[in-house]
Amino acid sequence: MRLIAVSVVSIALMTADHKGRHLESLRGVLATIVYPLQYSVDLPIQVGTWLAETVTSRSELLGENYRLRRENLRIHSRLEKYAELEAENRRLRSLLDSSIKVGDRVLIAELLSVDMDPFARRIVLNKGTRHGVYSGQSLIDSNGVMGQVVQAGPFSSNALLITDPSHALPVQVHRSGYRAVAVGTGPQNLLELLHIPNNADLRVGDLLVTSGLGRRFPSGYPVGHIISVERDRGRPFASVKVEPTARLERNREVLLVWPAEGGEASDGVNPGGMIP
Amino acid sequence: MSQHKQRGNWVIVMSFVVALMLMALPMPDWAGIWRPAWVALALIYWCMALPARIGIMVAFILGILLDVLSGTLLGQNALALSVVAFITLQFYQRVRVLPLWQQGVTVFGLAFIHQVLILWINGIQGMPVSFSAYWASPLISMVLWPWIFVVLRDLRRKYQVA
Repeated sequence: MRLIAVSVVSIALMTADHKGRHLESLRGVLATIVYPLQYSVDLPIQVGTWLAETVTSRSELLGENYRLRRENLRIHSRLEKYAELEAENRRLRSLLDSSIKVGDRVLIAELLSVDMDPFARRIVLNKGTRHGVYSGQSLIDSNGVMGQVVQAGPFSSNALLITDPSHALPVQVHRSGYRAVAVGTGPQNLLELLHIPNNADLRVGDLLVTSGLGRRFPSGYPVGHIISVERDRGRPFASVKVEPTARLERNREVLLVWPAEGGEASDGVNPGGMIP
Repeated sequence: MSQHKQRGNWVIVMSFVVALMLMALPMPDWAGIWRPAWVALALIYWCMALPARIGIMVAFILGILLDVLSGTLLGQNALALSVVAFITLQFYQRVRVLPLWQQGVTVFGLAFIHQVLILWINGIQGMPVSFSAYWASPLISMVLWPWIFVVLRDLRRKYQVA
């Protein structure tokens, strides 16, 4: 019977897709076929944005210009300070004889904003292997870490956000240096820290940054702020909730990061990125 | 005969393309679980209207495309849509003579089976599933069915797809 044959094929495909990456090439080919679809869905939004930009009034533009110029100035001053710190850091690191990871290369990608399964947190980007995107590449925005690329097709790529329930991210508390693993919670749009002992030095408001220990994300990018710490003596671990700093649901532009040399992820192993 | 059979293929293809686009349309977060299963609805209609042409194989191919489009496990939607097509093919003669609202109830059943299959596979992968997810999308599908049916039927009559 045809249904049985088709079911067997589907289940075989699902197993192959779930267990390993045997179907990457097949998926790549199919992704190229559906790319026009995604593009055409995205087109009205792009036209809308373009129209809105075109008909913005002069005073608004002037105001924005003024605001941006001020912001630019502020950032510049901070950057100068940062350059100085970077130089100092480099000096100290060379004293410690360790590798330097500064000056990551970035590329701006746009969301094709296809997010269909309400329980997963996945996005589709308009950059693919043609632009040098690779599977496992990390994704940031101006405020913090967003996620990582899980499938790179020729012209588009799928990325997993850090709030996806299958995503885990090695982090570090900025204040105390305490290390932890943050996993996504799906629909709640929060992160949760795993296996935190009740006496751990964590406070509400603490900033978490990537620790770089998974060898997949570059270290030192902000991840989120702790919004609640519940210590229950009856349970072995505290429940810690983290709100991401990146504007995960609101961005249209994201940054793809190529780590500076020494920070690349080794491909075969399963680093801190995904829980299988 | 064979020439007669092939008439209006492009109408069917276009309706499926539109359904896929509607599935890919970005929606606000809270509305995500209320998205009707557009592709399943179009598939059910064509299965009932042209059971000789639209069947399990078409459902399978559509499902694979949908899987790639939505980044789900390859084969997940393919399996769910094939099952929906199979059940529709068993009952189409009885269902297509029913009044529209009763058809809607049948469609609710089909969409529910579709949703349950997808959520089960999600569950096996370890994704959390909320209770409302089971009935939200089938319910909307049921409410929208009469309109979809009328639109697709008029299209079919206008272009004489047979």
